[in-house]
Amino acid sequence: MLAFILRRTGQGLLVVAAMVVLVFFGVHVLGDPVWILVSPEMTQTQIEEVARALGVDRPIHEQFLIFLKGLTQGDLGRSFVHGSPAIGLILERMPATLELAFVALMMAIVIGIPLGLFAGLKPDHPLARAIMAVSILGFSLPTFWVGLMLIMVFAVMLGWLPATGRGPVGHIFGIETSLLSLEGWRFILLPALNLALLKISLVIRLARAGTREVALLDYVKFARAKGLSPGRIVGVHILKNILIPIITVLGLEFGSLVAFSIVTETIFSWPGMGRLLLEAIQRLDRPVIVAYVIVVVCLFVVINLIVDILYSLVDPRVRLSEAKA
Amino acid sequence: MSAATAATDIVETPLRRFINQFLEDRIAVAGLIVFVAIVVLAVLAPLYTPQNPYDLARVDLMDSRQPPGAKSLDGFTMWLGSDGVGRDLFSAIFYGLRISLAVGAISCLIAASVGMTVGLIAAYAGGRVEAIIMRLVDLQLSLPSVLVALILVALFGKGVDKIILALVLVQWAYYARTVRGSALVERGKDYVEAARCLGLSNARIVFRHILPNCLAPVIVVATVQTAHAIALEATLSFLGVGLPQTEPSLGVLISNGFQYMMSGKYWISTFPGLALLITIVSINLVGDRLRDVLNPRLEK
Repeated sequence: MLAFILRRTGQGLLVVAAMVVLVFFGVHVLGDPVWILVSPEMTQTQIEEVARALGVDRPIHEQFLIFLKGLTQGDLGRSFVHGSPAIGLILERMPATLELAFVALMMAIVIGIPLGLFAGLKPDHPLARAIMAVSILGFSLPTFWVGLMLIMVFAVMLGWLPATGRGPVGHIFGIETSLLSLEGWRFILLPALNLALLKISLVIRLARAGTREVALLDYVKFARAKGLSPGRIVGVHILKNILIPIITVLGLEFGSLVAFSIVTETIFSWPGMGRLLLEAIQRLDRPVIVAYVIVVVCLFVVINLIVDILYSLVDPRVRLSEAKA
Repeated sequence: MSAATAATDIVETPLRRFINQFLEDRIAVAGLIVFVAIVVLAVLAPLYTPQNPYDLARVDLMDSRQPPGAKSLDGFTMWLGSDGVGRDLFSAIFYGLRISLAVGAISCLIAASVGMTVGLIAAYAGGRVEAIIMRLVDLQLSLPSVLVALILVALFGKGVDKIILALVLVQWAYYARTVRGSALVERGKDYVEAARCLGLSNARIVFRHILPNCLAPVIVVATVQTAHAIALEATLSFLGVGLPQTEPSLGVLISNGFQYMMSGKYWISTFPGLALLITIVSINLVGDRLRDVLNPRLEK
């Protein structure tokens, strides 16, 4: 087990290292960021001074070495635009993104599992067919357009919910969150629903497929023969057995929620790190782009590692085949 | 010869069986019809649209932000309204579809060629080459495509060619994985052994003998990926890092309408979005059916 975890961690570190090198050199092929930051009235010497201050006048391999040296000290460079450390900017925006992704994940579970269970138990019911049709639509709908439509219907036409921004934030255990007040929930509802839509469809499909399989097994028939109430059979015996694959998939999908939040945050002006990345791309703010990629890839590696370990704990067969390979 | 015997004379080729199976599903057929109609309408857009949205002489700023059904200064009715610079939305949508479809199709063709070649090489060469290629594929597929595409676009900059390049780099891995999977199965079959005994070159065996037998799953992946590419391009364009304003795809049109949405001018973003949605759904419906028909495990 320890060897398995160590090897997986090693692989993860390799992935992070590969991405760091790829993105650093990729980003530095970009146009010259100096030209975006200087004003047209500046003289040539002033422009050179700006370049020197940013460190972009040095040869690229030297910049890379400086970057690596900083990396070992937890310093990912300073933002060209904001002038503050890039990693600080990202960590400052991270709670908002994680909060959004977390609420979206919860929505996927709370909405997706009951609908999927129903569709799996009564596959021929008209409502079940409607649920499946909606879930197919959910896969095809482009996230950004759904976001626009949500704003249009609920914010502009009905005026029920605010369209943009993050509501008042409170602090709990030192973590900034907007989930403490009702007002905060009003702000997070639309963006989280937008982000959750794809995952809701996914959970519906998983829950339906799992339910259809499990409902035919002998132990369910036996439970029914024993005279257990239908509620208990579904709620305890079936639900427990379909949850394992759903939790696994959702664990892996958390990373993709963080990535997709780039789109949602832009539409709803949610002050998370996805919007920060987009601004950085538009302004050629290299250090922030590189730092974002490193942070997100680390997040992915950690999530994959945790899911792998949990999975091997649940299912011993995975560990065995890994040991042989 | 009577009609009845003529009918039995028709040999049931695999292609005909495939077509018949596909036609059994009415929803998929509807999807195919809608998709073909969209392609035809997009290609023929200049013939029936009341306005060429690129022709600045015909676009009048006085017409801007008119609601659906309003009359333009040129006298035609703008059934879907007009956008922020006075373009007739109906015309702009079909011209935009041309760009969206072209970008999706071209990027898919290139990605499929690259991915299939790489996948075949991996399967046929085996060993270290295969390990390196498949590691790369795994690495890429473990990251969400939106993220990869955004970073690539950040590297390349704006422009049609750069977007296509980014989409190709995002998608090749799906083809490589699919082709490698089926090529590994084909490689062990007798006809490959026979071809080798005949002394055929490796390239000939791979591309003339193995490749045609791996095409079925690739076709399925290609349909799904085309829809995916169109949606991804629209997303990038919406975020302002995709196609430039001079190439107004559906994503660009939707993006332009976003700023007017808060003031209740819903049509500028809604209608191009509906066009995008119908296109993607129709492709996905066809793809779903193809997956069922071409899946050897479901063959009777």
